[in-house]
Amino acid sequence: MMRSARPALFAAAALAALAGTAAAQTKVGMITTLSGGGASLGVDTRDGFMLAIEQAGRDDIEVVIEDDERAPDRAVQIADRMIQSDRVDVLTGIVWSNLAMAVVPSGTAQGKFYLSTNAAPAQLAGRGCHPNYFAVSYQNDNLHEAAGAWANQAGYADTFIMAPNYPAGQDALTGFKRFYEGDLAGEVYTDLGQTDYAAQIAEIRASGADSVFFFLPGGMGISFLKQYADAGVDLPLIGPAFSFDQGILQAIGAAALGIRNTSQWSKDLDNEANRAFVAAFEAEYDRLPSLYAAQGFDTANLLLSALDKADIGDPEAFRAALREADFDSVRGDFTFAPNQHPVQDIYVREVIEEDGVFTNRIVGTAMEDRANAYVDDCTMTQ
Amino acid sequence: MSAALIAEQVLNGLQSGVMLFLMAAGLTLVFGVMGLINLAHGSLYMVGAFVAASVAAATGSFLLALAAALAGAALAGAVVERVVIRRLYDRDHLDQVLATFALILIFSEGTRWIFGSFPLYLDVPPWLSGPVELPGGILYPRYRLALIGAGLAVAAGLGLLIGRTRTGIRIRAGENDREMIAALGIDIARLYTLVFALGAGLAGLAGALVGTIQSVQVGMGEPVLILAFVTIVIGGIGSIRGALAGALLVGLTDTLGGIVLPRALLLVTDPATAAATGAALASMAIYALMAAILVWRPTGLFGARPA
Repeated sequence: MMRSARPALFAAAALAALAGTAAAQTKVGMITTLSGGGASLGVDTRDGFMLAIEQAGRDDIEVVIEDDERAPDRAVQIADRMIQSDRVDVLTGIVWSNLAMAVVPSGTAQGKFYLSTNAAPAQLAGRGCHPNYFAVSYQNDNLHEAAGAWANQAGYADTFIMAPNYPAGQDALTGFKRFYEGDLAGEVYTDLGQTDYAAQIAEIRASGADSVFFFLPGGMGISFLKQYADAGVDLPLIGPAFSFDQGILQAIGAAALGIRNTSQWSKDLDNEANRAFVAAFEAEYDRLPSLYAAQGFDTANLLLSALDKADIGDPEAFRAALREADFDSVRGDFTFAPNQHPVQDIYVREVIEEDGVFTNRIVGTAMEDRANAYVDDCTMTQ
Repeated sequence: MSAALIAEQVLNGLQSGVMLFLMAAGLTLVFGVMGLINLAHGSLYMVGAFVAASVAAATGSFLLALAAALAGAALAGAVVERVVIRRLYDRDHLDQVLATFALILIFSEGTRWIFGSFPLYLDVPPWLSGPVELPGGILYPRYRLALIGAGLAVAAGLGLLIGRTRTGIRIRAGENDREMIAALGIDIARLYTLVFALGAGLAGLAGALVGTIQSVQVGMGEPVLILAFVTIVIGGIGSIRGALAGALLVGLTDTLGGIVLPRALLLVTDPATAAATGAALASMAIYALMAAILVWRPTGLFGARPA
């Protein structure tokens, strides 16, 4: 379960040990990806979450952390064990939407709370919404919607759009088109996990587009951006933050410089909570925090704020306390929409080099106080 | 679709084909000579990329990084052969699959332990970066042209090694009759280590060359491994020439299928559906190709006599 000697892990272990004697009142089960290709996302989620728990200095919270290996069946197994044998009160941490779909509906049906640090598929925001399910990150479509809105502001009128052929990829293109007003020079689905984009780059070049929107998270984005820069196509790129995250920017290098991307968080976001978070994260882990770390940190703080107000043994009161979202978000203003997904500003960032490290800075706001497209579909009876 | 676009896509298919050949060559040799199914071949590809990224970061030299990737992966291959693989030759394929799958897990987590969870940086050197203009006004990345050249050069070198040298004769003899060449006084254990290290080195070289324009991360070898298996099945297991033909076929089918199918569907349906369905069909294209070739030639294009 624990693979590296990071301070937060010691803290987690210490908390777990404490729990043995001081009887923890709240048990949190974190299911996240700590091995395999997407491990950096889960590692950051965990580290951000644990940083907030550690800062709170409470000895009545126990966090159980398990690696889902990015496999839905594994995630389900872990969730069952956490619910039935560890008897957790709250589940959190899942990075990928397909894993969330496998775990969340059954978890919430069994009366557990689920606080999402990342994945927030449309199915769980609309008809499948649940009083015990809170997405602290965003709704999956948000960053793509913001990219479409930004394309309008930037005056793009003929955008080439591209995403992997899987549900989140289809949602990405739908999300982009929701607010984009121009024409489409092309619409292409790539393979999930594809590593060579030469064919698509040739198509982009031949399409006569004036800009390119792409959603290629993780390693796919690294490959695409390096190849795009090397191919000498100079059309402006726009994409959601996932391909420009702190964890992977160093691997892309100079090829990412100047590219605009949409995010609801950035390390230079000017508020006190964020400044303190970035400094504390760097001090604790000796690297810059990523979006996933920020989301993990906010999720833990939301949980802590609700625990301060209500007893988790009283679900009604606890749910009401969560809904108030009475915590200092690193994103500044933060409230929940009726379907318990965030209402927040979504920014446009630019990739820059700062003291030899590639990172992002905010250059504009794509959407203000954006909720999500599924609020009306959610008929929670509360 | 303009002629320039088609020409560019053919080059892309060729490039992905020759890189696939580097992977498939080792896989097919190891299977042909030792009768071993090596699932960990993709891990050696990853090892090559990681070694190249570290050496490039430390020295700044791309060529040195490539040499180190080749040597590092070959060394890793030799060690693995001596420690683990050697015990598997007499076992059935299921045991081999199980043990080499375990090797994948060990390599992946070992790599994470050493290098961390975040992808590494490895980029095209300045003297190979940027596009060149080809006849017909095609802008094509210089690095990808270099990849095609490098891949074909390795293919030619491997052809000479297998076809014209004493080592090559032994390797071919090993494919035909293991007991006999052992009886003739050839140190079969050393030959096996050599073949395995050769295959590993080629995989490592491919990992470094391809990793340069992709992402160097844990688990990068497995998707390539699947394609490499398709390639050697198409080409005929054990045949280097078959691996080359299979790799080029797979590379071209994969690339051109992704371009042609969505466009063809556009004639009968709306753009969004055409894009999604076309992409789905294109990803099946190489498997359809494999099935068709196996119906026509059950042992692959250059396969030995029917089993």
